[in-house]
Formats: sequence, structure tokens, C-alpha cells
Amino acid sequence: MTETLLAPLAPKMTPTSTPFWAALGEGRVVLQQCDGCEAWVFYPRPRCPHCLSPALSWKPVSGRATLTTWTHCPRPTAPPFTGLAPQTLAVVTLEEGVRMSTFLLETAGRTLELGMALSPRFVPTEDGTATLLAFAPA
Amino acid sequence: MGTQRKGAIVGYAEWPTVRRYDGPRRFMLEQWMDLAAEALADAGLALEDVDGLVCGTLREANMFVPATVVEYLGQPVKFAEFVDLGGATGTGMLWRAAAAIELGLCDVVLCALPGLPIPSNPDPRDRPPPEARWLGSTSNAWGSPQAEFEVPFGNVAQNAGYAMIAAHYEARFGSCERARAQISAQQRASAALNPLAAFYEKPVSLDEVLASPMIAEPLRLLEIVMPCAGGAAVVLASPEKAKQSPHRPVQITGYGESLTIKTPTFADDLAVTPVAAAAATAFARAGTTPAAMDLLALYDCYTITVLLTLEDAGFCPKGAGAAFLAERNLAFDGDFPVNTHGGQLGVGQPGLAGGLLQPIEAARQLMGRAGPRQVRDLNRALVTGTGGVMSEQVALILEGA
Ligand SMILES: [Zn+2]
Repeated sequence: MTETLLAPLAPKMTPTSTPFWAALGEGRVVLQQCDGCEAWVFYPRPRCPHCLSPALSWKPVSGRATLTTWTHCPRPTAPPFTGLAPQTLAVVTLEEGVRMSTFLLETAGRTLELGMALSPRFVPTEDGTATLLAFAPA
Repeated sequence: MGTQRKGAIVGYAEWPTVRRYDGPRRFMLEQWMDLAAEALADAGLALEDVDGLVCGTLREANMFVPATVVEYLGQPVKFAEFVDLGGATGTGMLWRAAAAIELGLCDVVLCALPGLPIPSNPDPRDRPPPEARWLGSTSNAWGSPQAEFEVPFGNVAQNAGYAMIAAHYEARFGSCERARAQISAQQRASAALNPLAAFYEKPVSLDEVLASPMIAEPLRLLEIVMPCAGGAAVVLASPEKAKQSPHRPVQITGYGESLTIKTPTFADDLAVTPVAAAAATAFARAGTTPAAMDLLALYDCYTITVLLTLEDAGFCPKGAGAAFLAERNLAFDGDFPVNTHGGQLGVGQPGLAGGLLQPIEAARQLMGRAGPRQVRDLNRALVTGTGGVMSEQVALILEGA
């Protein structure tokens, strides 16, 4: 793990998603689950996007995921990411079935494959206000 | 299905698409007026004939866009729409106009999308924030899921999203690198014959596409549209009013629209695009099939968009796009004409107006006005529009009356 890595841009956090970001700051991953239909929900919402129930509970999860897609970008995708080039952006599917956007770490020498197992990595932002959920080959 | 009172394209205006525009700068409202005048003249209609209007975003107004345009043009209307579908705005405008005519709400509808640079305001408070340059279709407004869960990871604008769609597709169905390069090279060959195209007389070979710099794996520079200046407008009319046009009316006999996501992170299946549902609706409404199409004018922000559109619109099975393309020639005189104007990969992308260039080329061909690139024996065309990162798509069936 690259101890010094800092993410250049902080998320614009909302009251609804506060528990998600707070958990990442402690090195844990939590997701919302619908009390009504048991669907896992990401990104955080005030109601379940499957049944519109407002009864959602935050649950701790492993943070383990599989790789759904990725792109290696030799050029920065935007000026704030110049220092991070080359970036490897990815979409991952958590064990609970939800998707999220992320970037991959520790990929040197690894062949990336659809469905490969990934483990969570916790990456603070440069301004110290948040911790991002990144992933690395398991 | 549908009615006999089909709305038809009866005229259009298309400005040359240029990479570096050095002509006079005009506000979008001023461009709207110029485009309206040109398109109405082409249609053989007058301003007083217009009783419907469809707009896209306007730099001079954040809201009340149609009323602003109506007042500026000086022409009251009975039907007004504001369409916000990114690259699918143009095609989305056309079916709404055609549907309004079918319903008998109005007789002549004007659709325009200006795309020339506007005057630079000396007041810095009135300029877009610097991040607007790299955000593209991504919203970084507080409360936007993208601002919270995409932007911090660098998944901004369109390149990375389309690249991840292409990468997922290739991981499941194998490389489509050569097929994508073929799309780019064959469309650039068509653009080389189109004097309105930014790449007029500038073809590229398949090998040049494959040798162009990697932007976001697997997509290379020559697989990505080039932002340009331009503008386009279309006039649609009822069958009665269409008689005043000097051109063969081009009826919109089928249309379909599908919106699924804003960010492909959340697509049910990254290899299946909304055009599957949009095209199925359009073909059913028109009572026709992919095999009956004489011409395709497909939205092509990226090469992968064309390949996935061909599969999802039903021209070949999922995963078979590369093999399908390998046996076909997309040129105007080829066995499978696609984007005979060069597509946006060849013409350039004049902002939202880029989404009107496909339907205008199909109309131009169906009217028999395509000059040296005219496709022969042409009666039916499929036209598509794609907005965002495969997040919203429109399909139109155009038929010569
Ligand atoms: Zn639920």
C-alpha cells in the first residue's frame, strides 16, 4: 500500500451520506440496506430505489469486491489528477451487489481481469476532510 | 400504430463545422435567429408559418428558454419544448416536434441548436468556472451524486466512462479494436468528401487510427470526437404544410427514447445501451425492421458508441459487432452505408448541434440532395442520438414520402 497517496479532490458530502464517509474515516465500510425489501443501496439515499421505503439501515460490510470494468489512463482525466497519472479508474461490484466508481492501487505487475477479487484501501484526501474508498487486487 | 398525419422534415440548415472558428462571435439567441432564417428559407416556409418551437440549452437564459426564443424571433407558437438530453437533444427535439404535429397541436415546428462561440464577456463574474472545461457532462454541484461519488475518483467527463464501457465489452466479447478503427477510418473517408466537415479532404487510414495516442484504454485519440464550432436547425411540417417545401418530405414514422442512468457505474449491464429499448420502440411504431433500413446515421461520440448501437438496434447479436463490421463497407457506395457525412468523428462535434447532424444527413440523403455522396434507391433510414455516457438514447425511423 502506498502510504503517502492522497486524493486531490474531496467529495462534496451530504447529510444523507454522512455515515458512509464517517465509517471510511475509521477504516470501515458501511452500506445502506432496505428494511423492507432487503436490497442493498448505493449511493446513499433517503429512500430505497427499489421499493421507495424510507426504512434504510446502515450495515457494516466487508468492503470486498470484484472488478467490473477499468481503464488505464496514461493522461490525466482532469487537471487536478495530473500528479496521480497514470490513473487506473474502475467500476467495482461489492459482495452485496452494489456498484461503485473508484480507482485501483497496487496494480503493478498484475493482469487485471473481469471479476477478479479486490480488497478495500482507504485513501485520505489532500485537504484532510474525507477518506476515499479505493481498491487493490486481493 | 400512430396516425396518418406524420410530421416530416421539410428543410434544414447546417453550418460548416470548424475546429478553430475565427468568424464573428454571436450570442446563441442571435445564432438561433440566423439558423431559423436559413432553415425556413430551405423549407420554402415563412416565419409566420411557424407555430411550434423546440429548444435546447441557451447560454443567455437558465430558464424560460422557449419564451425567450419566441420573443426574440417575434413569432408566437402553440407548442414549445425544452429538451435536455445531451447528445440526444437533437433527435429528441425531432420526435417531440413530429409527435406534436401528429397530435394536431401545430403545423410547422422549428428546432435549432446553435454551436458557435459566443462573445467573451469582459466581466469575469459572467464567465463559466474553470472546472467547466474538464467536467464535461459531469455535474459537480453539491448534492449531485457525481460530485460526491465520481468526481473525487477522476471519473469525469466522457472519455473514462466510454473507455470503461468498451473495456467491459472487450473483457466479455473479445477485442473490437480493429472494428472500432474501421469505423473511424471509413467515416473519415466519407468526411473527406463532405465540404461542411472539419476533416474535409483529410482522410485517415486504419493504421493511423491504431497508431494514434491512447487516451483511456482501450480508446485512442482518433476514436473520440473533436470539439468544434457549428450549428444546425431543422424544420418539420404537417402533410399540408409540407406541400410548400421544394423538397421530398422526410417523414418521422417511428421514434423511441430510453433513459436509464446518468453514470455508467450504475448501468445494469455495461455492454447493453439504452438504444436497445429506444430502437425497438421506433421500429415497432414504424412497422419496420433493421433489415429494411437503406441508410444508418448513428450518433458517434466514440467509435464504441457506433458498435454498441449496431448490436443493440438489432443489426447483429450482442458481441458480434466486430465480425459484422469486418464484412461491411460503411461508405455511401458501400454495401452498408453508415454516417455518409462522416459522422461526428469526421465532421467534428459542434456541441449539442452535433446531435442534429445525423438526422440532417439522413434527411439530405432521403431528399436526394447529397450530391457526390448520394446513396441510390434510398427510402428508409435509422437515426440515433446518444446523450451523456450511454445514459440516454433516441432512435428515429425516417422515410421518404
Ligand atoms: Zn426496498
